[in-house]
Amino acid sequence: MDNGMEEAGNIMPAAVQESKAAYDIIKERFGSAVSEFDANPTMPFFEVVDTSKWVDIALFMRDDSRLKFNYMACLSGVDYPEQNQLGIVCNLESIGHHTHRIAVKVKCQRDGGSIPSVSCVWHTANWHEREAYDMYGMTFDGHPDHRRILCPEDWTGYPLRKDYQVQETYHGIKVPY
Amino acid sequence: MGLLDARISNRNVLVTSVDNVMNWARLSSLWPMGFGLACCAIEMMATNASNYDLERFGIFPRSSPRQSDLMIVAGTVTMKMAERVVTLYEQMPEPRYVLSMGSCSNCGGPYWNHGYHVLKGVDRVIPVDVYVPGCPPRPEALIGGLMKIQELVRMEGLGVTRQEALKKLAEKSADPQQVIEQTRKATA
Repeated sequence: MDNGMEEAGNIMPAAVQESKAAYDIIKERFGSAVSEFDANPTMPFFEVVDTSKWVDIALFMRDDSRLKFNYMACLSGVDYPEQNQLGIVCNLESIGHHTHRIAVKVKCQRDGGSIPSVSCVWHTANWHEREAYDMYGMTFDGHPDHRRILCPEDWTGYPLRKDYQVQETYHGIKVPY
Repeated sequence: MGLLDARISNRNVLVTSVDNVMNWARLSSLWPMGFGLACCAIEMMATNASNYDLERFGIFPRSSPRQSDLMIVAGTVTMKMAERVVTLYEQMPEPRYVLSMGSCSNCGGPYWNHGYHVLKGVDRVIPVDVYVPGCPPRPEALIGGLMKIQELVRMEGLGVTRQEALKKLAEKSADPQQVIEQTRKATA
């Protein structure tokens, strides 16, 4: 996708072009901290390569008058077992200012990895990050209320990981069929 | 076999056993606990509402387990909820009855394999008297299950354990296929 950018530039849908314009502003500010732009027609995205910059990037995206990504539509967790990584995908939109939208991916190590929390930037991220932690097990540094949200607090394992095996018993109750 | 089938003399005197009167009173006012867990609860609410009108059987939901005779487990019991269900069951005064409504609470239903969070049958944590199959069961099926509970009450009495009553109920049960065929022949 990345190297096909130039020739694909002319046939990029208008929505993707808007996302590209927004991405260019972010790229100009943060340089190598962000990856190349991926003109995915369903949801164009880029990845935060330097995860320590994620909160700064988020604040810039929310507050810069040309970007104004004031709405986090979704934050999802992803498991990448081949790369031994976990990640999140944030879908961002700008309500009342611009029509552009973009997705941001942030990845971390699969075992004991952590991602900076953006719940101070978008309050939506608070529960979404808790859910991502609940289901995948990455931690979110600086999260104000870092607990499981759906599974019981003393649940073992992270259910949406590809290699998840359910526990045999929970409080003496048999779990598998 | 009900109380009202007993002979009433012309002076409005009815001679019957204490068991009969007790059971008639109990089965005519089965109060379920008003709680639902998933989509089965919608069918349960529909059964309570005017079209199916459970109140004609003396069944109407109570807001407290301490006032309830019957627990209708209507829906998916998650592992998190399982312990709460046990607590609610323990808060109900005896004699108490449990009706498991729908596939989820019977055996885990569609979550039987990949639903890590679902209890594979509420009978793993509390004793169940009547299972109503369906996903979700229609109100008719729920009413059928409730009438089974009423039959169970009728089987009970002084010195009769729940196990014995359930056994008697099972002995009394008929093969539905035969009943269906008989009814078809009769109507044809």
